[in-house]
Amino acid sequence: MTILKKILGRVLKPVVAAASVLAGAAATAAGGGIALDRAPADRATDVQALQRGAKLFVNYCLNCHAAQSMRYNRLQDIGLTEAQIKENLLFTAEKVGELMTTSLSRKDGKEWFGAPPPDLSVIARARSSGAGSGADWLYTYLRTFYRDPSRETGWNNLAFSNVGMPHVLYELQGEQVAKFVKVKDPHDATKTIDKFEGFEIVKPGRMSRIEYDNAVADLVGFMVWMGEPVAAQRKQLGIAVMIFLGLFLLPCAWWLNRSFWKDIH
Amino acid sequence: MSNAEIDDSGRRSAIVATSVVGGIGALCTAVPFVASFAPSEKARAAGAPVEVDISQLKEGELIVREWRGKPVWILKRSKEMLDSLAKTEAKVADPKSERKPSELTPEYCRNQARSIKPEILVAVGICSHLGCSPSGPFPGGANVALGEDMGFVCPCHGSTFDMAGRVWKAKPAPDNLEVPPHMYLSDTKLLIGEDKKGA
Amino acid sequence: MAAGKKEPVVFTGLGGLDKPVSNLLTWVDARFPLMENWKAHLSEYYAPKNFNFWYFFGSLAMLVLVIQIVTGIFLVMHYKPDAAKAFESVEYIMREVPWGWLVRYMHSTGASMFFVVVYLHMFRGLLYGSYRKPRELIWIFGVMIFLCLMGEAFFGYLLPWGQMSYWGAQVIVNLFSAIPLIGPDLAIWIRGDYVVGDATLNRFFAFHVIALPLVLLGLVAAHILALHEVGSNNPDGVEIKENKDPKTGIPVDGIPFHPYYTVHDILGVVIFLMVFSAIVFFAPEMGGYFLEYNNFIPADPLKTPEHIAPVWYFTPYYSVLRAMVWPFFGIDAKVWGVIAMGASTLIFFFLPWLDRSPVKSIRYRPTLHLYFYIVFVVAFLILGYLGTLPPSPVGELVSQVCTVIYFGFFLGMPWWSRWGQFKPVPARVTMQ
Repeated sequence: MTILKKILGRVLKPVVAAASVLAGAAATAAGGGIALDRAPADRATDVQALQRGAKLFVNYCLNCHAAQSMRYNRLQDIGLTEAQIKENLLFTAEKVGELMTTSLSRKDGKEWFGAPPPDLSVIARARSSGAGSGADWLYTYLRTFYRDPSRETGWNNLAFSNVGMPHVLYELQGEQVAKFVKVKDPHDATKTIDKFEGFEIVKPGRMSRIEYDNAVADLVGFMVWMGEPVAAQRKQLGIAVMIFLGLFLLPCAWWLNRSFWKDIH
Repeated sequence: MSNAEIDDSGRRSAIVATSVVGGIGALCTAVPFVASFAPSEKARAAGAPVEVDISQLKEGELIVREWRGKPVWILKRSKEMLDSLAKTEAKVADPKSERKPSELTPEYCRNQARSIKPEILVAVGICSHLGCSPSGPFPGGANVALGEDMGFVCPCHGSTFDMAGRVWKAKPAPDNLEVPPHMYLSDTKLLIGEDKKGA
Repeated sequence: MAAGKKEPVVFTGLGGLDKPVSNLLTWVDARFPLMENWKAHLSEYYAPKNFNFWYFFGSLAMLVLVIQIVTGIFLVMHYKPDAAKAFESVEYIMREVPWGWLVRYMHSTGASMFFVVVYLHMFRGLLYGSYRKPRELIWIFGVMIFLCLMGEAFFGYLLPWGQMSYWGAQVIVNLFSAIPLIGPDLAIWIRGDYVVGDATLNRFFAFHVIALPLVLLGLVAAHILALHEVGSNNPDGVEIKENKDPKTGIPVDGIPFHPYYTVHDILGVVIFLMVFSAIVFFAPEMGGYFLEYNNFIPADPLKTPEHIAPVWYFTPYYSVLRAMVWPFFGIDAKVWGVIAMGASTLIFFFLPWLDRSPVKSIRYRPTLHLYFYIVFVVAFLILGYLGTLPPSPVGELVSQVCTVIYFGFFLGMPWWSRWGQFKPVPARVTMQ
């Protein structure tokens, strides 16, 4: 059926072109937000980074958010001992076998922030989209809080505008304000829109910009790991399975098939 | 077209090879499914060792703590209770805790009192007959089944145990009460479910 | 069957066991038609010898069915069909149950691969006219399996109780409210609540794990029995039963399904398992197509996700639904959308009677027909792709054009399938 291939080739080219135009249109329609910064990819498998991330997570996130699907003792997978977990990380629970809950009740959360803070167990998976991975979104989000006096919390965010959450890491990052300029709306010349120009640190924090980006990358790495703690094991096992199927079972099946079919003409 | 017409020696080897390799694959595939029946992390966390503070425990008092869903007795025995063990020595079926030692009695409790500290008895309060929880402890002469001796009586089928949880001879229950793995974290803190050599 | 009474000859590969095994089989055979069925469906079921690549997908669909049933049974052991616990119980399976993640990924990947395999299997039928006389019933059972599978997938998708589960069910159940007069009450009756809730989850669970699997198994049995009654079609569309060996009565172009096609299918199974494993172990989310990102957010009845799209295997029909935006004859566009979507799946039933081509296989049809097929498949794929995107004016127009092509292909078939210069069909099958 070579003719089929030829025709398919001829037909598919314009189709693919049309599809990519559509996809582009869709991305701008759905995105709305800013372009996401790429989170460093190596953190979710780096034990040292994961441990630093875990520390930030229990210190800053677990006050309001829970990670209901995670048990503290799972942190042994990132190289911590039960004793280390118990001493350094166990703030909201008594035993290492307990779940990462939060002391903030849903009712209080709703009262304080407008909506109860979401559970973070699989947040890194949930935040994936066409615009970038969940890690990219989190990495961008945690670095783009800025002072906004019009908001009840005093904070706003570039990746998640009018977010209910205040900037909990401001001691580390410092306080920044966002600079906007008025530009013409490309879709409607009669209107103007605010275009983001950049941040300006108005009150420095405990960390330099590079240190802060690094710390957030660790934290995001931890959340990626927490989204699927088994991911590394899954890939390892996958390699073994592929080797077994490809190098052992496939040749046998091939041979078996040939040994019968060689006589069929 | 029957097999007889065709040289099938190559086929036999191919069938055997594919069956063997495929069989290994099938067995490996079965492992995750079989293993998924094992206790989950949740069950393991619920079955984690239990810490018990025994500083308030009075002489002769028995407290019950739950460990892996089972009642664990912690009994502080008086001198009289400990002395009764010598009298029941001849009446019990397994005085030296020799039966199923790995299941019923950890090595450090294979003594007359079946305990680490003589006065503190730690035992799972479940009769080895059909799983009821015995009542007691009864002082001497308080229960017909025990006669003049002190001990525990299972309400279901009348098995009797002495003050070290040793079962009497010729009773429905075959074995002594189980002593769970345990250890002292301090003088007054007991950890049930884990001992020093345990992982 | 006289042959059934003969001593079964067994080759176990272990010489000493041949005799006892033969004796056991004789004993069973006197009480149960084991050898008779073995012969009728495997060792003496004669299949055309010229099956090609496209003929793997029937047995692969059986394999995926088995995978889904086995992994499904193990998931039910840990899953909790309760609106307050369902989402967490899925994460519990993923993290806390030993190997639960593997079982769950196999099930979620299996769901999508089921549709991949079934779509390719159906396309094979289209290519070689496998639905034509005398195989109309095989095709009809097959389309029923396909519909049943869509139901199974739809019910199953609610169970993880994520945002996509919830809003997908909400949208689809609301389709029934488009039915005039009884619609709104019907939707409430289906949900058992005013919104998708605990009652809905429980009944969907019952349908997903018991009701539809039973129907599915029955239909699969009917599909195969019908096939074995009339015999398999082949890429040449030649009836092998019309050319039998006068002495043995066996079709000259037929070979016994066992061992020839069993070993052939084993090879297909291994290759399929490699693809399947690659997805399970390296890309279980498949870029958000097999496991949608929004479904990692627990269901929230108060907040619709910004962009909701059904899973990829439903998107062609979803696009057809969205393409209908005009009220015709005074009836709502919503009603027309539901009618069009229903028609786009039910129209498969009529294929055996829509096709009037004098030959079955695309091999001997005019090249013009091939162009029609390609345009149809491309339109179907575009509809599927558009269904994953948020609505847009360009997308709407394109999906309307594709919807017209989709229905035009089927409804025009009685005419176009007779156009053009047909090639002569050979008397015997050809090996390519």
